[in-house]
Amino acid sequence: MAEPHTIQVDIVSAEGEIFSGRATMVVAPASQGDIGVAPRHAPLLSMLKPGEVRVHTPDGAEHFFFVGGGAIEVQPNKVTVLADTAMRAKDIDEAAALAAKQRAEEALKDRSGHITQAEALAELARAAAQLKIIARLRKMHS
Amino acid sequence: MPGTKEIRAKITSVKNTQKITKAMQMVATSKMRRAQERMRAARPYAEKMRNVIGHLTQANPDYRSPYLQGRETVANVGIIVVSTDRGLAGGLNANVFKQTLFLMREWQAKGAGVKLCVVGAKGMAFFRRLDVPILAHVTHLGDRPHVKDLIGTVKVMLDAYRAGELDRLFLVNAEFVNTMTQKPSVTQLLPAQSLDTEALQEHWDYLYEPEAAQILDDLLMRYIESQVYRAAVENVASEMAARMVAMKAASDNAGKLIGEMQLIYNKARQAAITKELSEIVSGAAAV
Repeated sequence: MAEPHTIQVDIVSAEGEIFSGRATMVVAPASQGDIGVAPRHAPLLSMLKPGEVRVHTPDGAEHFFFVGGGAIEVQPNKVTVLADTAMRAKDIDEAAALAAKQRAEEALKDRSGHITQAEALAELARAAAQLKIIARLRKMHS
Repeated sequence: MPGTKEIRAKITSVKNTQKITKAMQMVATSKMRRAQERMRAARPYAEKMRNVIGHLTQANPDYRSPYLQGRETVANVGIIVVSTDRGLAGGLNANVFKQTLFLMREWQAKGAGVKLCVVGAKGMAFFRRLDVPILAHVTHLGDRPHVKDLIGTVKVMLDAYRAGELDRLFLVNAEFVNTMTQKPSVTQLLPAQSLDTEALQEHWDYLYEPEAAQILDDLLMRYIESQVYRAAVENVASEMAARMVAMKAASDNAGKLIGEMQLIYNKARQAAITKELSEIVSGAAAV
C-alpha cells in the first residue's frame, strides 16, 4: 500500500471511468442514508441513491461527483462506485420499457411498407436538394 | 465534336459522386476512432461489475438469482439484435442478420419459440418481414449510444425472462475485430455465465444495504444493460469501419471510371481535331 491512511477509490460508469485515485475519506449517498468510508472500513455493499459522492484526497482537496444511482462496494483497502449514468427509478424504467414495447408494436403493425417508402422518398428529396446545392456551388466557383 | 460533350458531363457527375463518397469515408474514419474510444471507456465498468458480482455470488451460495440459474427445458429463446440505423456499410448488417437467422433456426429445430428485440432501423426493416414476435424496439441511438436509451428495451426482455416467457437470452451484434474485419458475434446474456472470479483467496461477507438478494438482482440487471450498451457502441465502431472501407472502395472505383472516361474523351477530342485538320489540308490541296 502506498500510504496506510488512504484508500483506493474507483468511480466508474458504463460509459466511462470517472475517477480513480487514493482518498482519505469517501462519502456516498447509500440507499439508507449517506455513508462515510474511511480506510479499513468493514466490507460493505450497498445500492446508491441519486446524489453526490464526495472524495477527500490526501492533498486536502475535496472532489464532488454526481451519480444518478448505482452501487458501492467497500473492501478494507478499496472502494468501487458503480455509477449509473441515467436517473433510475422504478416507474421511469417501467415507462421506458412500455415505450420500447409500443415502438415494436407500431413498427410491426405497419406491414404495408409505407414507412420505408416514405423514408425512401425523404431520402430522395434530400439527395436531390444536396445535388442542387452542389450544382449551385460549382456555378458560383466557375 | 459528337460525343465529347456527353462524356464530359458524365465525368463531372462521377466526380461529384466521388466527392460525396470521399467525404463519407473521412467522416466515418473520425467517427470510428471516437467509437473505439468509447468502447475502451466501457471496459472498466464491466470488469468491476463482474468482480463485485463474483464476490457476491461466492459470499451467498444459498441465494440463487433467477438471472444466474439455468432452466433445464428451453421453451422460448429471446434474441437481442443490434443493427445500424443507416445503410452504405457494406455487408455489415446482412452478416449480423444471417447469424441471427442461423441462431433462430438452430433453436426452432429444437422446438423452442423465438422472440426478438431489435435495436436499429435496419434490423426492424428486415425482421418485421419474418413471422417472429418482436417484443421491443429502439432506433436512432445515434453515433453516441447512451445507456438510458437502452434501459427500457432491455427491461422488456429481462421482465419476460423473469416471468418465464423466455428461458434464454442472446445478444447478436457486429464485433469490431479491426478496421478491415467485423464479424457477427453471439453472446449469451441469460442465464449469465462466466462470472466465476479467478480463485478468490480471501473470503468475506459484506454488510448489506438493503438485502443481498435485492442487490444481486439489481447488479445483474445493470451488468446485462452494460453488456447491451457495449454491444451498441461496438456496433457503431463496426458500422463506421465498414462504411469507411465501403466508401473507400466506391471512391477508388469512381477514380478508375473517371480515368477510363478521360481516356475516351481525349481520344474523341483527338479524333475530332485530326478530322478537322485533314479537312482543312484536303480543302487547301483542292484549291
